[in-house]
Amino acid sequence: MNNSTSRWNAFLVPVIAVVLGILFGAVLMLLMGYDPILGYNLIFQGIFGSEYFLGETLRAVTPLIFAGLAVAFAFRTGLFNIGVEGQFIIGQLAAAWVGMSWDLPPGLHALAAVMVAMISSGLYAGFAGWLKARLGVHEVITTIMLNYIALFSANYIIRNFLKGQGERTADILPSASLTSEFLRTMFDGARVNWGLIIALILALVVWFLLWKTTRGYELRAVGFNPHASEYAGMNVKQNIILSMVISGMLAGAGGAADTLGVYGYMNISAGFTGIGFDGIAVALIGTNHPFGVILGALLFGGLSFGADNMQRVEGIPTESIRIVISMIIYFVAASAIVQSVLGYLRRRREVQAK
Amino acid sequence: MSMIDMLITIFSGTLIYATPLIFTALGGVFSERSGVVNIALEGLMVIGAFTAAVVTIWTGERMGISPALAPWLGVLAAMVAGMLFALLHAFASIDLRADQVVSGVALNFLAAGVAMFMVKKLFEGAGQTTTVQHAFSKFAIPGLSSIPLIGPGFFNVYALTYLAIILVAISWYVLYKTPFGLRLRAVGEHPAAADTVGVNVRRMRYMAVIISGGLAGIGGSALSIAISSSFQHATVSGHGFMALAAMIFGKWHPSGALGAALFFGFATALGVSGQVLGLTAYVPSELLNALPYLLTILALAGVVGRAEAPAANGKPYQKGSR
Repeated sequence: MNNSTSRWNAFLVPVIAVVLGILFGAVLMLLMGYDPILGYNLIFQGIFGSEYFLGETLRAVTPLIFAGLAVAFAFRTGLFNIGVEGQFIIGQLAAAWVGMSWDLPPGLHALAAVMVAMISSGLYAGFAGWLKARLGVHEVITTIMLNYIALFSANYIIRNFLKGQGERTADILPSASLTSEFLRTMFDGARVNWGLIIALILALVVWFLLWKTTRGYELRAVGFNPHASEYAGMNVKQNIILSMVISGMLAGAGGAADTLGVYGYMNISAGFTGIGFDGIAVALIGTNHPFGVILGALLFGGLSFGADNMQRVEGIPTESIRIVISMIIYFVAASAIVQSVLGYLRRRREVQAK
Repeated sequence: MSMIDMLITIFSGTLIYATPLIFTALGGVFSERSGVVNIALEGLMVIGAFTAAVVTIWTGERMGISPALAPWLGVLAAMVAGMLFALLHAFASIDLRADQVVSGVALNFLAAGVAMFMVKKLFEGAGQTTTVQHAFSKFAIPGLSSIPLIGPGFFNVYALTYLAIILVAISWYVLYKTPFGLRLRAVGEHPAAADTVGVNVRRMRYMAVIISGGLAGIGGSALSIAISSSFQHATVSGHGFMALAAMIFGKWHPSGALGAALFFGFATALGVSGQVLGLTAYVPSELLNALPYLLTILALAGVVGRAEAPAANGKPYQKGSR
């Protein structure tokens, strides 16, 4: 197989997986006594039915881009960061703290809050990287544990130091807000905000870092084959830590965008938001490429948000879309299934050409 | 609260909260010893918890089967459902040579989706099952449970807890004292060598993954019809990942997994009964809740040291490859 075919396949496999997943969902709805055409139509309307819906869809997509980028970055460098959930929480918390208690001019304040959030989450994730590099503790376990620790400590800190009215922090100052009057009017009052723009910029940064810089090459090389990289003189341990720090920073930016752009405060919460786990799905659908992540987040966020409309109008459970998404990931994993579909299509085309 | 009562609360709490983790971590040991990474444990527990709750409700409350039998039917159904669900992971990992982590992630999503979809379908759009009326209640072993301190501390827990501990011994025996166990471990360490001497790698791995599904399914049932008595989206919430951690913490060994699960159970018991024990007067409750996770990191970093996974763990086997 030559290089251009394999590239083409890298693009086609997820596309076909998506098609198969959506078909699977249709069959499922049919078996359960729902009308799949109506179901998908309602999802479509739930996304594109009005400027407001479209804007809210983009609002739902935004954190998924951040989370997807964070997971994908770690995957590219050979690490599985299940801790995006916790790093996201740390980002939310740091942004809320800076947003409510620092005093800076508008714009600069928001920037400072995002920066502090990125640094905090970067350090938090870096701890897991350090544990792996220095002590050989598997990052999957430490990042899972750090999720819970982040959740409980954030609740503790909010309750004791940042408490506003009710079970949440005080409001951030207007100078730290990432809401955009421009975007808000364009989408008829939806909560889409500058966070989306930051997410897109970070996707570009990740792409540049990984594929256009020496450090990025090293990071990918360590992910691909740590032993060969070590032999080639790269500092594997340092790269593991750096990779976790950057991954955490991406997650932290997402948490900051959530606090500063959508809510303006952070809640004390009993459980996880699930954004970090959804980020794993987004990264996998997007084949761990930053631009793929954007598409994956649009697909995941769009389907999930549109599914609310489907459940509201026809009572078709939103979970049918979770099932569709899981089947897409399954097909991406079991790409042998997709490859055989591709091979079949190719053979047919050749037969027809004759 | 007297010292004795505190100890009793902690002992029995430790055993109870460890129960779902013991089953599931044992499942993980089987799967990963055969060379198949099983991050799908979380999803398998979800399927088990859901099935157990629904079957116990159906048999006990709608079909009128005796309340003593109904939860056992729930456990059995959870085991079977877990085994069937694990087939999906086995098929992707073994036959399609898929990335096992990705397949596991997919199944975790799938399990959560399917279970909540069916809950909404079966319970008129509700987000959770009705309360399981005939869930397990604690079972005091006659005689033993009347020993002071030790009796109420160790011998007044769920029947599933005793089953879990018995299964640890059985798993150890099967894995280390039978030809089946030797073959299972062989295909996880060096599948090519095992293949050369006539071990069917594919079949061994399939069996291991199916066993792990059954055990994780039972683990899930302990959550929905023993520790709590309903199924909803937060019933499992991370227990599968904790079990995964217990398996690694326990160095892929049944008794190690038991120890790690008991350790998590102990820390959870401290967190849950912190209020009752009066600990919250000294330590914030959030810290108590975070304790199991903090202790795990500390233990992994300091005490346990590097854990070596089975050599072929996560690597698909292709006949004829080196």
